[in-house]
Amino acid sequence: MSIIKTFDVVIIGAGGAGLRAAVEIPKEYSCAVLSKVFPPRSHTGTAQGGVCAALGNMEEDSPENHVFDTIKGSDYLGDQDKIEIMCYDAVRAIIELEHMGLPFSRNAEGKIAQRKFGGHTKPVDPNEPFGKRVPVDRACYSADRTGHVMLQTLYENCIKNSVNFFSEYFVTEIIIENGICKGVVAFDISTGEIIIFHSKVVMVATGGYGRVYRITSNAHVGTGDGTALIYNAGLPLEDMEFYQFHPTGLWRLGILVSEAARGEGGILKNKDGERFMARYAPSVMDLAPRDMVSRAIITEIREGRGIKGSDGTDYVFLDVSHLGKKIIDEKLPEITGFARTYLGVEPTKEPIPIQPTAHYAMGGIPTNENCEVFLNETGDIVKGLYAAGECACVSVHGANRLGTNSLLDLVVFGRRGGKAINKFLQSVELSGINRDAADKSKYAMQNILEKSGNEKVYAIRTELQESMMDFCGIFRNENDLKKMVDKIKELKEKYKNISVQDKGKIFNTDLVEALELDNLISNAESTVYGALNRKESRGAHDREDFPARDDVNWLKHTFISKNGGQEPVIKYKPVTITKYQPMERKY
Amino acid sequence: MQIQVRILRYNPEKDSKPFYQDFTLPDVSPDWRLLDVLHEIKWKYDGTLTFRRSCAHGICGSDGMKVNGKNRLACSILLKDLNMNNPILIEPLPAMPIIKDLVVDMTGFFQKYEVVKPYLITKTPPPSDHERLQSNEDAEKLFESAKCILCGCCTSSCPSTWTNENYIGPAALLKAYRFVFDTRDEGADERLDIIDNPDGIWRCHTIFNCIETCPKEINITWHLSQLKKRISTREM
Repeated sequence: MSIIKTFDVVIIGAGGAGLRAAVEIPKEYSCAVLSKVFPPRSHTGTAQGGVCAALGNMEEDSPENHVFDTIKGSDYLGDQDKIEIMCYDAVRAIIELEHMGLPFSRNAEGKIAQRKFGGHTKPVDPNEPFGKRVPVDRACYSADRTGHVMLQTLYENCIKNSVNFFSEYFVTEIIIENGICKGVVAFDISTGEIIIFHSKVVMVATGGYGRVYRITSNAHVGTGDGTALIYNAGLPLEDMEFYQFHPTGLWRLGILVSEAARGEGGILKNKDGERFMARYAPSVMDLAPRDMVSRAIITEIREGRGIKGSDGTDYVFLDVSHLGKKIIDEKLPEITGFARTYLGVEPTKEPIPIQPTAHYAMGGIPTNENCEVFLNETGDIVKGLYAAGECACVSVHGANRLGTNSLLDLVVFGRRGGKAINKFLQSVELSGINRDAADKSKYAMQNILEKSGNEKVYAIRTELQESMMDFCGIFRNENDLKKMVDKIKELKEKYKNISVQDKGKIFNTDLVEALELDNLISNAESTVYGALNRKESRGAHDREDFPARDDVNWLKHTFISKNGGQEPVIKYKPVTITKYQPMERKY
Repeated sequence: MQIQVRILRYNPEKDSKPFYQDFTLPDVSPDWRLLDVLHEIKWKYDGTLTFRRSCAHGICGSDGMKVNGKNRLACSILLKDLNMNNPILIEPLPAMPIIKDLVVDMTGFFQKYEVVKPYLITKTPPPSDHERLQSNEDAEKLFESAKCILCGCCTSSCPSTWTNENYIGPAALLKAYRFVFDTRDEGADERLDIIDNPDGIWRCHTIFNCIETCPKEINITWHLSQLKKRISTREM
């Protein structure tokens, strides 16, 4: 028998989406926010460069420009009706953040300052939207700590609203019975106590799963627990094969060096000092979307124009030195600090060694525009289950997300989810729950603690991360992906024979890492099967054996679900197109 | 390169009191972060070693700990920047109860943070369809304080905290600065009332430990002195 706590709403995750949703829940409803770290430790805080909205504070711009850029950036896989919702709501969302207290950098008039970012453009002639486009100042920012201050501001507003936090709680199961969500099972990391959170509503806001890759910008907590829980509950995940590599991670470490560095005028250079992006994207060059820049960097390296590092791995240069110390110190202090601390490089004088780094999951838990989770590809809903943020797939990012649109996604859809939850709560009763609902989690955890196998969690995780890098990274092909499928099967077998050294109840991070590894393997599985199945190249999914985009056969969303012990089942959902028919994607 | 590490261990389920344990790591690189060392131990030698960490690049504030006598973030120091002649001494943040090994109970720290009303307080409704205006100069006055990652290094390094558990501490006071000096905020008086007492701002005796330890290099004492000045002029 487990302790049962009852709430109207349980939100899993205290990053931007979870906190923004929590702010929206009125006091008359009880709401618990569960997070495996203290809320201000969440990964939203590492976002740097900005959040886009067509405020037009620096120059003429329009939400429709933002819509078109996002659709084109998504390689036409994003649902256009949802993209319209996000980009047209962006202006209100940013002003709301300012009203909440977010300390933005300002322009000369005292309005929110804006700068350029990859893929954000406007037509030179407003009457020719499909004519020549140039980069536009659309990213609202606070130096290069935009995510940090956004997370702080949302957390501060939760404190103001007396939001009920359960920090350092790890969720092991989302309870779904007959298409109705009834709560979650979690354990208190500091005591090991297992608790059933019985609720009318659960929102999943658990973030991404970058830790399936060896080189990643994601925090250690970025293990995609929410997407894995949903997948393991038998529900579908959408478009998991679309995983974004950010072009500029700090060499060796993968720590993010924001696109803002290029937005402010930074330049990518190969070993010959050549500004190579001029060859790949002549109109916007270094400010091309991330998928293209990452591929360009790997191509430069493959063709021998990278620089060989001391450990045998290759990098290219990001040069900001010509911007001058004043701009660097004012606008890029954090990222240039990383270069100094971790690589001993002085960015005001020398270029920064960078390499692409696993960064963002475009795919995730499929939802409608109100964050309600889809039960299937035909549009049925799981009652009481919501998802928002990186773990969700609305889909506004399609096959490739534009920089800054992730922070925007969090606040736009976090709020919409919160509003939809309020409406739902007006008419719903708490449904019954079995008192043994936690038993499965309890046995699974006990089982891990009692195992005495020879396999180690870190060794399996490292093998997973390295093979995902090699076989399911920026460039993919059938051969490699099949190897990865086999590798996942092998690692799942190995996982059965793990043992952890820490057998205790109090703050057992050995156990937490074991549970997270299970989630990573699940996320790798849905990613790899999706990638093997999709026989085209679109956005971040690049198949060397199918180099072209194939709108005839593949302009559709993947819905992948688990099938017992068998191979996952893949179904499809059409892409929603409103105004913009797919065109060739050139910059 | 070989290094020696000495870690303060404590598992309340087993140990009656904390003790030091030594580890010898035969093959590490000077380019490693101290966090990499902790991971090496946890993953390859002793899975029970317990510490918090997340982003691993000094933004999330999880891995504050005492390293060779000074509060640091384990992810923000490289081995080559430490003295390797002696074992590297790693202890939990001081002045906070130990939960297990390097994990301390930060409940009190976050309670004190909440005391200063760490959110924008306004009485005038904001403009309906645009942002409040603020000069970039005024915005930048907030940036250094807004850099704070709530890691707790400053508060637990402060001798005033050690000797008085009711002192709200530099991190909470820095947050008070962040709002008192925000031109958009209208809650300065209530906040200043909260900190204008012997357990508030006046417990800061400008010892400067906070500045020395802050991993984000925030000049905390300067910010606190601005609060003191503001309170003094308010009373006159």
